[in-house]
Amino acid sequence: MTTVPTVDAMTTASRTARHPSTLATLWRSTVGKKAVMAVSGLAMLLYLVAHMLGNLKVFFGPDDINGYAAWLRTIGQPFLGHEWFLWIARVGLLAAVVLHGVAAFQLSRRDLAARPSKYAHQRRRASYATRTMRWGGVILALFIVWHILDLTTLTVNPAAEHGRPYQNIVASFGNWYSCVIYIVAMLAVGLHVRHGFWSAAQTLGANNARRDRLLKLTANGLALLLTAGFLSVPVAVMTGVVK
Amino acid sequence: MNASPEQNASPEHSASPEHKAHPDPGVHPAPGGYPDYSVGEPIADTRSPQGPIEQRWDQRRFEAKLVNPANRRKHTVIVVGTGLAGGAAGATLAEQGYHVVQFCFQDSPRRAHSIAAQGGINAAKNYRNDGDSVRRLFYDTVKGGDFRARESNVHRLAQVSVEIIDQCVAQGVPFAREYGGLLDTRSFGGVQVSRTFYARGQTGQQLLLGAYQALSRQIAAGNVEMHARTEMLDLLVIDGRARGIVARDLVTGEVSSYTADAVVLASGGYGNVFYLSTNAKNSNATAIWRAHRRGAYFANPCFTQIHPTCIPRSGDHQSKLTLMSESLRNDGRIWVPKAKGDTRPPDEIPEQERDYYLERIYPSFGNLVPRDIASRAAKNVCDEGRGVGPGGQGVYLDFADAVRRLGRDAVEAKYGNLFEMYERITAEDPYRVPMRIYPAIHYTMGGLWVDYDLQTTVPGLFAIGEANFSDHGANRLGASALMQGLADGYFVLPPVLNDYLAREPLPAVPADHEEIASVEAEVADRLNLILAVDGDRTPDSFHRELGELLWDECGMARDEAGLRRALERIPALREEFWRRIKVPGTGQELNQALEKANRLVDYFELAELMCLDALHRAESCGGHFRTESQTPEGEAARRDEEFSYAAAWEFTGTGRAPVLHREHLDFEYVHPTQRSYA
Amino acid sequence: MNLTLRIWRQAGPDTPGSMTTYQVGGISPDMSFLEMLDTLNEELILRGDAPVAFDHDCREGICGACGMVINGRAHGPERTTTCQLHMRHFEDGDTIDVEPWRAAAFPVVKDLVVDRSAFDRIIGAGGYITAPTGSAPDAHATPVPKEAADTAFEHAECIGCGACVAACPNGSAMLFTSAKVVHLNVLPQGGPERASRVMNMVEAMDAEGFGGCTNTGECATACPKGIPLPSIAAMNREYLRSSLRGGR
Repeated sequence: MTTVPTVDAMTTASRTARHPSTLATLWRSTVGKKAVMAVSGLAMLLYLVAHMLGNLKVFFGPDDINGYAAWLRTIGQPFLGHEWFLWIARVGLLAAVVLHGVAAFQLSRRDLAARPSKYAHQRRRASYATRTMRWGGVILALFIVWHILDLTTLTVNPAAEHGRPYQNIVASFGNWYSCVIYIVAMLAVGLHVRHGFWSAAQTLGANNARRDRLLKLTANGLALLLTAGFLSVPVAVMTGVVK
Repeated sequence: MNASPEQNASPEHSASPEHKAHPDPGVHPAPGGYPDYSVGEPIADTRSPQGPIEQRWDQRRFEAKLVNPANRRKHTVIVVGTGLAGGAAGATLAEQGYHVVQFCFQDSPRRAHSIAAQGGINAAKNYRNDGDSVRRLFYDTVKGGDFRARESNVHRLAQVSVEIIDQCVAQGVPFAREYGGLLDTRSFGGVQVSRTFYARGQTGQQLLLGAYQALSRQIAAGNVEMHARTEMLDLLVIDGRARGIVARDLVTGEVSSYTADAVVLASGGYGNVFYLSTNAKNSNATAIWRAHRRGAYFANPCFTQIHPTCIPRSGDHQSKLTLMSESLRNDGRIWVPKAKGDTRPPDEIPEQERDYYLERIYPSFGNLVPRDIASRAAKNVCDEGRGVGPGGQGVYLDFADAVRRLGRDAVEAKYGNLFEMYERITAEDPYRVPMRIYPAIHYTMGGLWVDYDLQTTVPGLFAIGEANFSDHGANRLGASALMQGLADGYFVLPPVLNDYLAREPLPAVPADHEEIASVEAEVADRLNLILAVDGDRTPDSFHRELGELLWDECGMARDEAGLRRALERIPALREEFWRRIKVPGTGQELNQALEKANRLVDYFELAELMCLDALHRAESCGGHFRTESQTPEGEAARRDEEFSYAAAWEFTGTGRAPVLHREHLDFEYVHPTQRSYA
Repeated sequence: MNLTLRIWRQAGPDTPGSMTTYQVGGISPDMSFLEMLDTLNEELILRGDAPVAFDHDCREGICGACGMVINGRAHGPERTTTCQLHMRHFEDGDTIDVEPWRAAAFPVVKDLVVDRSAFDRIIGAGGYITAPTGSAPDAHATPVPKEAADTAFEHAECIGCGACVAACPNGSAMLFTSAKVVHLNVLPQGGPERASRVMNMVEAMDAEGFGGCTNTGECATACPKGIPLPSIAAMNREYLRSSLRGGR
């Protein structure tokens, strides 16, 4: 029996002939773009863990945390100049936030377009954490702006003492609305991380049937740890443990 | 080439039965209004080479002319159906370079009913070293078919079976494997070797997806032009050759013609004529019946297979029947109450008041007798009034002993998924309450008559898979349908189709050919006629009535009086159809009621031919049981001297006597014997 | 049983549709959901009304033709296909909402019938192993570890019904696509085309207008064949691996 591979070998070849760059391919596909979200999300998660641990120094008194803040500016010296590391980190974080946000925005638009008509029979779908990803992300983006104005640029901080984060923190959480904003945002972080961490593992292909439970437990643990860690500071200020 | 089947299809035969035809002495003149038949010239397969049977397929392929690969693009081949046979044929022909135009009425080629096959696929691989061989598979199949199949075709099927498994594995079909990574096999009914390859209970699905994926690759490459949701409604025969089809786009209702150099029908069997069967709801006989009306002989229409272990119907609403794997009979015991009309729940019927009738009548084979025997025995006890469940149409398949002997876990490991399926449908737990089962129509061995080249009596029209009659005789063995479909599609059709295309000059059919316009008009007229009746009965109500009639008179057991009753009733029902059918809507839209009614028109004619074929074959063989022809023990008695032939019927007009052409069957290699299972 | 049905009726792809209310009586708990619709259709035909169009064929849960959203769930309350859902899972007097699959990539053809041909095109883009008929080596030439064969089988069980897309809030076809990618990529025979398969299939999936995955898991919950959610992770892994290696 003779077969003629040439005919369809040619057609297959024409499909595989064009080779866009790897990054362009990734960014253009839903799977690739989601991977960008996962990687940027994990980078931010790593930062959050460090940030949260650093925050806990507030419990060791003003000298400890203020000293820690000063040290952050000296990392990498003398190879790097003063605050260079900090700025590198800030640029990296900004890139992560932008990539995460833009990818999320584009994917969300696509997702909404893919399901233009709703079912007449409405039913509660998916878990709470899943449903909160989109507006939770928006809340977090707004919070980041507030947070930077409050404790980085000190624009809206009642104390606004440069180089003295302890005093700024205590001053900020002296306002009830500051506490409300912070607490809401940290709950959003918890929910976001709870779904986001497992989702990132799934998106990056790290999940499988055996690992699924472990990943979900880890996600829950991380979410709880971060939320509790971050919330401990305003709670401590409000209850007068830190003043 | 003398006495070729084409000559038998010449107009003098199809014009009127009086020509060259004489009444058959074997059948009494018809007392009622139904058509009798006349006997025409015998028919013979002239394509199979002579010589040792092992060499015939090689010889045929060697003799076959080839089409230059560069010229294949110029040939268009129409394939109707995308099941195992059609999917495999479409993919293979496209791979070889032909331009394939393919049709299926489903929304996707992946949904053809081959997908529902459960058990497995036979192949003479002899991986078990248990004495299997091509010769043994050939022998088993001829014997299983009760000596009503053509030896050359069956031997080729056995030869090709080996290649099928290789092909499917290469495609990624996930057959069951052992821990060493090699393929697992199991044994199947009526066979003493383990040659059935399987993918859990979903072998048909996996094989079909393999063919579908190969076909999809060719569709994407532009070599196959796929028309889904498009149903063939007629055949275009131009200058004596099949040159295309007329089909209806089921979404827009548009009726169009498609021309080609050859037409391949892979449209499956006609079991749905019974309304209730294990077939898919939309499986139908229109493609093969329309081809029959255009000159293709229809062979052995009365050879239908009834599967003994199906879930019984639960009421008049029942729309189809679901098969439960035959393997259940390995551990389940079949029984009914000894007393008639015993309505006690099964657990209240004491042991001594139960009749394990298969074990009683067939002590050596017990519950494992072949399909036809088990089916008939169930019918007999139900006819005696000892059936169980709603309407008394069921027998118990009891696993209580198996659970006691092996433990519930072992039973669950073996049959868990089947028990679950049963419970989903019946809401009864088979671990506690015995299953109820009843026979149901499952497969049709009859179909379009084809020669060794799978060509019908219309030149250029080929029939493959269940649509033809070629390999299973009067009874099909388990796990052989998948084998035949794929053999035809992947390996048998392509080389012989090559030969046809290379041999004959096939001038292009002009788009304005008068035959195209006339057949299109016929198709449209028929649809309009149905819509115009505006009566007071639905298509399903007619289909149910026809099905019940066939089941009663041309089902598991047939006799002359019953068949004559059916032959009188069917024309009356057909006449009633044209007075009372009601189909709302128009033909220019998706109209599922119209689709049903249109198929029904062909079922009426087919049903009539089935009954006539069953009436004329006054012997019992395989799935065809004539109560007049049985052994003293009540088993099927073949009458080889009179009936060792395939009955190929020629159409002469609706309600007119068809012409019988006999293809005498010679058995050079497997000598006919009477089966015994007592 | 007597039931109130609210069914989506839409005459054609370009005509607007709406939920229409019907009463059906004499429904037996042993009926399948489709047989219940058959009963309604028989009445509609006799009244001269257009019967409700719906796709169906094998009615034993394997062909994948049937599918409708029943009370907001793809294939209804039981984890099975619509044809294998029985009326005993409903109560006398219930109101049941019946709608077609909703997704941009599955346009409505009529009533409950949608066009799922996008699935066929995804398969055509790479959901196969190139093995022209006649070119196969002996079936035992390459042993396949049982675990790989079992994994392949579990994913090959997909019936292409589209419940995953219908259930997904994003109308995503990730579970369908991943089932085929995993089935073929886990087998040694699928190895040579491993990279191009996943790249081309994902590209085709995106081109058809399906949404992306937000890992809600609705697809796997609705899947009548139990294709697991981690299949999507496995496909993502294959995709990233291929694209980072400049694959295809």
